[in-house]
Amino acid sequence: MNQFTVDAARSLPGPRWLAERRTAAAERFAAAEPPTTAAEEWRYSAIADFDLSSYRLANGVGAAGATAQSGAGTIGFGADALAAVVVDVVDGRVVAIDGNETLASGTFVGSLTEAAGGEELLGSVSDGASDYFTVLNDAFAPAPLVVDVPAGAIVEGVIVVRHHAGDAGAASFPRLVVRVGRGAQATVLDVQHSSGPALVVPVVELDVAQAGRLGYLNLQQHDRRAWQIAAHTARVERDASLVAASVALGGGYARTRADTRLVGRGASGDLLSVYFGAGDQILDFRTYQDHAAPDTTSNLLYKGAVGDSARSVYTGMIRVRPDARGTNAYQTNRNLKLSDDAWAESVPNLEIENNDVRCSHASAVGPVDPDQVFYLESRGVPTPVAERLIVAGFFDEVIDELPVRSVTDGVRQALSMKLNQMLSHAQ
Amino acid sequence: MSTLVIEGLRASVAGREILTGVDLEVGAGEVHAVMGPNGSGKSTLAHVIAGRHGYDVSEGSVRLDGTELLGLPAWRRAEAGLFLAMQYPTEVPGVSLLDMLTESVCTVEGAAVADRMLEEADRIGFDERFLSRPVNVDLSGGERKRNEALQLGVLKPAFAVVDELDSGLDVDALRFVGDRIEDATEHDGLGVLAITHSSRVFDHLRPDAVHVFAGGRIQESGTSKLAEELEAEGYERWTGALPKPESEATPFTDPFGDPFADLLD
Repeated sequence: MNQFTVDAARSLPGPRWLAERRTAAAERFAAAEPPTTAAEEWRYSAIADFDLSSYRLANGVGAAGATAQSGAGTIGFGADALAAVVVDVVDGRVVAIDGNETLASGTFVGSLTEAAGGEELLGSVSDGASDYFTVLNDAFAPAPLVVDVPAGAIVEGVIVVRHHAGDAGAASFPRLVVRVGRGAQATVLDVQHSSGPALVVPVVELDVAQAGRLGYLNLQQHDRRAWQIAAHTARVERDASLVAASVALGGGYARTRADTRLVGRGASGDLLSVYFGAGDQILDFRTYQDHAAPDTTSNLLYKGAVGDSARSVYTGMIRVRPDARGTNAYQTNRNLKLSDDAWAESVPNLEIENNDVRCSHASAVGPVDPDQVFYLESRGVPTPVAERLIVAGFFDEVIDELPVRSVTDGVRQALSMKLNQMLSHAQ
Repeated sequence: MSTLVIEGLRASVAGREILTGVDLEVGAGEVHAVMGPNGSGKSTLAHVIAGRHGYDVSEGSVRLDGTELLGLPAWRRAEAGLFLAMQYPTEVPGVSLLDMLTESVCTVEGAAVADRMLEEADRIGFDERFLSRPVNVDLSGGERKRNEALQLGVLKPAFAVVDELDSGLDVDALRFVGDRIEDATEHDGLGVLAITHSSRVFDHLRPDAVHVFAGGRIQESGTSKLAEELEAEGYERWTGALPKPESEATPFTDPFGDPFADLLD
């Protein structure tokens, strides 16, 4: 029995404008055909195994008493003192906000329906990139969360949002909207976690106004039985800069679509990811670097590894629109294949409509370089240790650039634990 | 004291026999030079001794102090006391020299390995900044060779195979690196098998014996006088007697050898 009905969307709590928005989205969703692998953007995905009707709509009953603590023990985010605020979200509903008053004056972190101008904010970035799953989120996100940093405000610490999918067998729809005002600065850490079978369809909107600076890090640590289909959409305005990064470790099938639109002259985006699939995980990434204004710069570096029989897919598009002269756009995707049964696909694309640009893309899929392993071995480093050092070193280039410094040690440890488990299985 | 004994060593790459029966014995504290023209298989000898993948060893043995090295993984050979100073040391992005040497089973210093590295770096004029940087990444040819000598100093092997010590080295660097290895032979009893195509390296690393290598085996052995003869006459005397390769066959190129070997002549 499909619970994802127009009535179910309409009856979610919230003000009237939100109910109307959800209803409209649910109606669109009801009329839409689910994607299939026949469509190019789902070609290498696991969408053929997707069955929405096998999930319940997370009802939020569990959320009332729960906290996201169960998700906190995975990758720590360093000293809690570094966090300006910690928001715990369970099944898409905010259950706790800690530290709000320590934020720079005027910065609001909380329910979008309580924020000034929330109605205009919701969908203001993602509506330009809607698809089957963002519409599903539009219809069923129970409690959109907003981080609203007013013009000129500088948030010193990290704004931490911990999402936990706690309702086993349910689908949940976290929604996070981050707006950084003119000349403002903030850093957001978005943790995605689950502890059982679940469908999680998060939508993240990042809006960086003129001369603003935003660092955003998504830590994906879902349960191996969970599916995630995420959309991260960003808009970067004049002279503003965004560093958007993801660390993807969990999920049975975890897909993240990341769209970055550089809409103002001089806007820049550094787009980073490390991902590591083991067992039979499938990690799937689609990126879109959209240059819509002159003198914009995007620099994408995605590095991943797959072992056991895991798979990864990277598909990237750089688009330079006709008036985006002076664009610098770079896209690099490198993959390590750590076992014979692992599989990685890398598909870079360029669509350039202006001549005055500098663009490059590079992609690679291959095993750990046997020459590098031999070099270390010939110095007396045992083979598995040599492989571990080289794989860790492969990821370091990205980890060193993550916008949240306090998590880098935790990320290294999590990667090395996963690698150790994999290497010990292999032997 | 350490002795390296090679007996009847035959090895092939992709079905083609490159080492055709190598016999050699090098004692502790001795320096033996193996000299031969490009394509003679002398780099293959270095790689087969060190245990690089990609070679089929069909016959023979390589023993270090009685331990049979053939069949052991490369790191076990290092553990047994062997060191390979490469002709073109590999870049290893993301792995620092300190981490590599700390993880080596040959390192006995433990936490003091960083101090030993500083000491050795100072001794051979290796920039300390390179110690915490990824191994060989963005280093010049000369810096990479100093790095090899530094590692030899820290790891203190019983025996070193030194492949084309002078390639990429300027005169000063050759002096530092050559003297460092020579010193280890005198004070630590290091045995050295120095593979080289020219006698330039002998100014600093004095050979106790010189072997002419051609056609995949040692053709003649002698003292450093032999090297002088080679310098004057070339290898024609030994290569001339070898069976000519079939006209269609391409000369053998070691897959891990110098990619620019053809340009060096």
